[in-house]
Amino acid sequence: MALLANTFVAGLLFGIGLALSEMTDPGRVTGFLDVAGRWDPTLLFVMGGALAVTLPAFHFVMRRPGPLFAEKFYLPTKKDLEWPLIIGAALFGAGWGIAGFCPGPALAALVTGMPEVLLFITAMVGGQLLATVLERRLERRKIPDQV
Amino acid sequence: MPEANIAGGLAGGILIGLASLLLLAGSGRIAGISGILGGIYGRWTDAERRWRVIFLLGLVGGAGLVALVQDGLNVRLQAEGWPLVAAGLLVGFGTRMGGGCTSGHGVCGLARRSTRSFVATLVFIGAAMLTVYILRHLA
Repeated sequence: MALLANTFVAGLLFGIGLALSEMTDPGRVTGFLDVAGRWDPTLLFVMGGALAVTLPAFHFVMRRPGPLFAEKFYLPTKKDLEWPLIIGAALFGAGWGIAGFCPGPALAALVTGMPEVLLFITAMVGGQLLATVLERRLERRKIPDQV
Repeated sequence: MPEANIAGGLAGGILIGLASLLLLAGSGRIAGISGILGGIYGRWTDAERRWRVIFLLGLVGGAGLVALVQDGLNVRLQAEGWPLVAAGLLVGFGTRMGGGCTSGHGVCGLARRSTRSFVATLVFIGAAMLTVYILRHLA
């Protein structure tokens, strides 16, 4: 129960942060990305504010044996740089540049009831599913390493 | 184009940071929205789905609170129709393949001093800036 309450509050703060920072406004985001035009630095301050908290705080949290309300930390395990990381990031960046939406802000923008937001999210989920299918197909074709 | 919203940006960013801290310190999870969303559908346990749905409900709720207080959210669409769909597909596919988005790689990954996240963040910001440049200044 404490776990889910904590999770909910975290989500609440996250959503408030997204809306207050205006990351839910694609115009703000593309304003930051438009380096050759009238540059809007707002997103820089958003990232800066977030990292000002997480950079020092994560360091201390990770030293603890575990989280407060769960049995362990669920952290990414991959360490290597491989091409899916880079190509995936490039594709994501392209999509972000076109619509000015990334997953969090798009979901937050659902509160406006705009059909375009729902359309974007539907396409986004579709894209994720496509990637999952592709991932599974590639894994099946992989030749196991010779022992 | 309105003036930069430095105060709102900082305040919002700090809240996003606090939220990420809370999720990690309390629930042991990384606040990477693409991963949280992706873990809801597909072959997952009920427990995995549950915390994700609750987090996202909170997220939408939080945005809703701000919308209530500020009398709506300003959402200036940059794409509609097929370009919007293409953008959604790219964001979904790319975040899944790349293992994260602005929150997962950009906020949490950098905070963990992850080389993968550092590279991913540079690549997606670069790709996004290039895309906007092409669409606004070359097309």
